[in-house]
Order: sequence, then structure tokens, then C-alpha cells
Amino acid sequence: MTETTLDAAGRPLAAETSTRAAPAGYWRGVARRLRYDYVTLLFIALIAAIALAAIFAPLIAPFDPYKSSMIYRLKPIGYRGFLLGTDELGRDMLSRLTYGGRSSLMMGLTPVILATAIGGSLGLVAGYLGGWVNALIMRTMDVFYAFPSVLLAVAISGTLGGGVVNGLIALTLVFIPPLCRVAEGATTQIRDRDFVEAARASGASATSIIFYHVLRNVSAPVLIYASSLISVSILLAAGLSFLGLGVEPPTADWGLMLSTLRQSIYVQPLICALPGLAIFIVSLSFNLVSDGLRQAMDVRS
Amino acid sequence: MWYYAARRVLLAIPIALGVTVICFCLVYLAPGDPVQTLLPPDATQADVAYLKKVYGFDKPIPVQYAKWLGRAVTGDLGTSIQTNQPVLREVLRALSHTLVLSIGAVLVAYPLALALGTLAAFTIGRPPDRLATAISVFGVSIPNYWLGIVLIIVFAVKLGALPVAGMGPNGSDSFDITRWAQFRYVILPVVTTACVPLGIIMRTTRSAVAEVLSQEFIQTLRAKGLRRGAVLRHAVRNALPQMLAVMGLQFGYLVGGSILTETIFTWPGTGLLLSKSILTRDIPMLQGAMLVLALCFVGINLAVDLLQTAVDPRIKRA
Repeated sequence: MTETTLDAAGRPLAAETSTRAAPAGYWRGVARRLRYDYVTLLFIALIAAIALAAIFAPLIAPFDPYKSSMIYRLKPIGYRGFLLGTDELGRDMLSRLTYGGRSSLMMGLTPVILATAIGGSLGLVAGYLGGWVNALIMRTMDVFYAFPSVLLAVAISGTLGGGVVNGLIALTLVFIPPLCRVAEGATTQIRDRDFVEAARASGASATSIIFYHVLRNVSAPVLIYASSLISVSILLAAGLSFLGLGVEPPTADWGLMLSTLRQSIYVQPLICALPGLAIFIVSLSFNLVSDGLRQAMDVRS
Repeated sequence: MWYYAARRVLLAIPIALGVTVICFCLVYLAPGDPVQTLLPPDATQADVAYLKKVYGFDKPIPVQYAKWLGRAVTGDLGTSIQTNQPVLREVLRALSHTLVLSIGAVLVAYPLALALGTLAAFTIGRPPDRLATAISVFGVSIPNYWLGIVLIIVFAVKLGALPVAGMGPNGSDSFDITRWAQFRYVILPVVTTACVPLGIIMRTTRSAVAEVLSQEFIQTLRAKGLRRGAVLRHAVRNALPQMLAVMGLQFGYLVGGSILTETIFTWPGTGLLLSKSILTRDIPMLQGAMLVLALCFVGINLAVDLLQTAVDPRIKRA
């Protein structure tokens, strides 16, 4: 990545040159590399399809996902129009899986987005200011690092009392420290480079340097790292629901469905495995796409 | 070397203190009065007042923390609301059961991951590498709670070859690995827990060894006419510190993050203890288990750091 901010004519001008010149070539290169990476493209399409199905679930789902029926309990795949069978309350599995994507994707994506915003900002500030601010922020993060992520997520949401919001809070807290560390590392490398020095010398304020120069260079590694956390977050979020700490019944959610269907493995083992398969496919897709993006954007792990 | 080791040990102390602060705060995170969360719901007014005094809840929070820490250091983590047993004793017993699973997973996953990862690094872009990479992506992406259920469906329900859950026949709660009747119970949980470390360690080994192989001194070794095995030894030795780091971290995750697998297999370890204490809102137990697990995690990371300096003399100069 080359930067073109050596002309010190003034803040707005420097900002304009850097928005146009440098990233355009970089992003064009990324797009060119991605175009021939068929695996990544395929899984991007798969994620898009699953997300669209979840968003437009009311239009796609063949049945009402909450309508239970005592006679149609735990019917096999393909039974009387129930393409993927029915669950332990006689609800259509296909409809529930389609709707379940909503809460599972939401529970997986939201914490990463929030943690990227919060952790990323903290890391930028810590890295740019250095000194005692850095020490304060990073040592606090170190303490959160001393807990395995599953343990921290379960303990926080468990103590708060479960539920969607508490689950989201717990997961966000789990992902802030690693994102903060990545942002801090990248910022520390950037802040002493010549073009930042030049901007500072030309009188640019700390905020504008952070926004125009540092952020532009730090965002690639941070976003790539965040994308690799999506898969982890989806697994953890579904895991919380599986433990009864996330989404509450009767909401359709893959983790929760897996947990309630667990009682029926003797009756319909295949159907009981379906929600987990959905989690697996989504988590695999996000992992492969994140790897592909990392290569295309040429960021070293 | 000793200077570095001493420094590293001292650095772990503030982290451990921070851990105790977070665990202490858990009680205050819980909705409602902390005294209520420490007592069963049917406690009388007199009980509440008594406990308030004993635990010092009428004092300012920093004082309460100091008192709590003082008791924790002497091994008093309070009493479980559910079982009325000392928390520490229950947690340590559960920890010994969790270690059976963690060590089992290490024995299964680590050798396989190291072998496949090294193989992949030597055959980058060719079929063995493709296969190893695919295995590692699967291992990282698969929800292990789902894998556990699938394994139960296949091996316990369909084939009837292995037990569904528990740690031994008739709800046994002591572990004797030499007896097949008991060993059968450990197979499925260990395979389930081994998946994630397998994927992650394989991936790190591959990239670490591949990076060493791309360095110039390897070309020199090859040009000198060294046999493949000798080149391999050089490559692995140089990649070892990085591999050790990830192996240690994964062991820490195995010990501290076993909650989902243990819940599925009703394996009576710390994970099941945690999940039970959350369901029954047994906050002292939750707090104690979390403290012990987090301190284990800090200890494991410390041990790995020290081990790394022992195998890699370059580190202590940094």
C-alpha cells in the first residue's frame, strides 16, 4: 500500500488526495484477485443466498414456523409436503430452519460488528496515543485474554441471566480484546511512518490524522481479522442458545432447535442433525470467505 | 534466561489479580441483590442479615473485594447453594475429570495435527496439502456440540457400540482408564473435543513450517545435498516455538472451554458444573469454577512461555 499524502498544502486537500489516489489501485487489485478465486466466490454466493432466504423467510417458508400440531410430530423427511420433516412439536423443519437463519445470523454478526467498532476504536486510540493510555487500555485487555472465550461468554451471559440481549453483550465483550489488539498493533506500526509525521508537521489535528491516515491503513487488517471472527461468533452464539442462554423458545434458532431436538435422537436422528448442519455450513462458508479475502487483500495473519 | 523467566512470572501476577477482580464482579453483574444471589430463594430475613454481616456486604465494595480475595487465597471460595459443599472441593474434583478429556484430546489431536501440518508444508499446493487444509478448515468450522450429537447418533444410537453419555457404568464418578468398561465412555467425548485443536494446530504448523522452508538457509541445506529427513529436522526445529505457543493455548482452551462438550455427554467435569450452576443460579459455584479455570489458563500460558524460551534462545534477547 503506497500513500500519497506528502503534499502538505492543508488538511482537506491531503484528505482528498488520499481518498482517491491510493486505495483505488489497491481495491482494484483486490477485486481482480477475487475474480479468479472461484472457491471464495462460490461461498460468498452461498452466504448471500442463506442471508436472503433468512431475510425473506415469510415469502419462502412453506409453513408457519410456529404452528405446532400433535398429529404431525417428528415426521420423517418428505412426509406430506414437509420437505425436511417436522420437529418435536409438529412444526415444519424447513420453515423453522429458514426463519432460524434470522436469529442465528443476527446473533453471530452483531457482536462482531459492535466489537469491531468498540475494540477497533480503543485500539486506534491506544496505538496512536501510546504512553499511559496505551498501557491502561492494553493491560485491561490482557486481563480479558486470561479467560478462554467460551468460558467468558458463558459466564457473563449466564450471570446476566440469559436472553438475546445479554448474549449479545457477552459475545461483544469476548471479541473486543482481540480486535483491540490487532488495531493497536497496526496503529503502532503506522504512527511513526513519514507520511503521518508529515501530516502532523503540517498542523493536522490528532483526530483528522487518525481518521484520514491511520484508519485507512489499519482498516484492512482489522476488517480481515473481524471477518475471521464471524465464524467463531456464529458457533459461540448458537452454542449459547444451545445451552439455553441465548434465544428463548419458541423462537426459531438453529442452536436452540439443536438443543430441543436432542431429546428426539432415538426417533428421528436425521432431523435432529439438521439445525447443526445449518450452523456448520454457515460457519464453514464464513471461514472460507475470510481466508479468501485475506489472500486477496494480501494481509498477513 | 533466569532473568527473563522471573520477569515473566512477575508479569503474570497483575493478570491473575485482574482475573480475580472480574470473577468478584460476577456477583454484582447478576440481577438483584448480591445477598439474594448467594442465598437460596427461601432464605429468611435473619439469614439475609447474617450473611450480609459475614460477607461484609454492608462495607464499601473495595473492602468487600479485599475480604473476598483474602478468603480466596486461603482456598475458601464459599459454599455451593445447591449442594452445600465447599466450592473449591467440588471444582477441583470436576477439574480432574475435565483433565481426563483434555489430555485425551491432546493425545489424539496433537500428533496427528503436527504430522499432517508438516506434511502439508512440504507439499504445498499438491494433494496432501489440499487434503490437510480441508481437514483443518472442517475441524475449525464444525460446531463441536453438533459433532458430539452426530457421533452419539451414529455410534450409540444406530450402532449401539459406545455409550451415550456419562463417565462410566452406573453413573460412576471416579475414573479408571485401564478398564475397558470405563474407557468406552471416554472415546466419543475425546474425539469431539479433539476436533478444534486438530484444525488450528494443523493450520499453524503448516504455515510455520512452510515459512521456515521458504528461507534461504533451507536452500543452502538442500544444495549441500542433505537428505529430506535432515531438512525436515531443521525446519521443524525452527518452527517449534510457534507451534508450542499454539499448542499451549489450545490446551488452555481445552481445559477452560469444555462446557458444550461436557453438557452433551454429561461428563461430570468443570464444564458441566458451570452449566449446572448457571441453570440453578448457583452464583458462588459459577464464580469459583470460573476463577479456578481462568487461573489454570493463566498458569498454562505462563508455562508455555517459559517452555518457549527454553527451546528458543532467540526469545530471551528480545
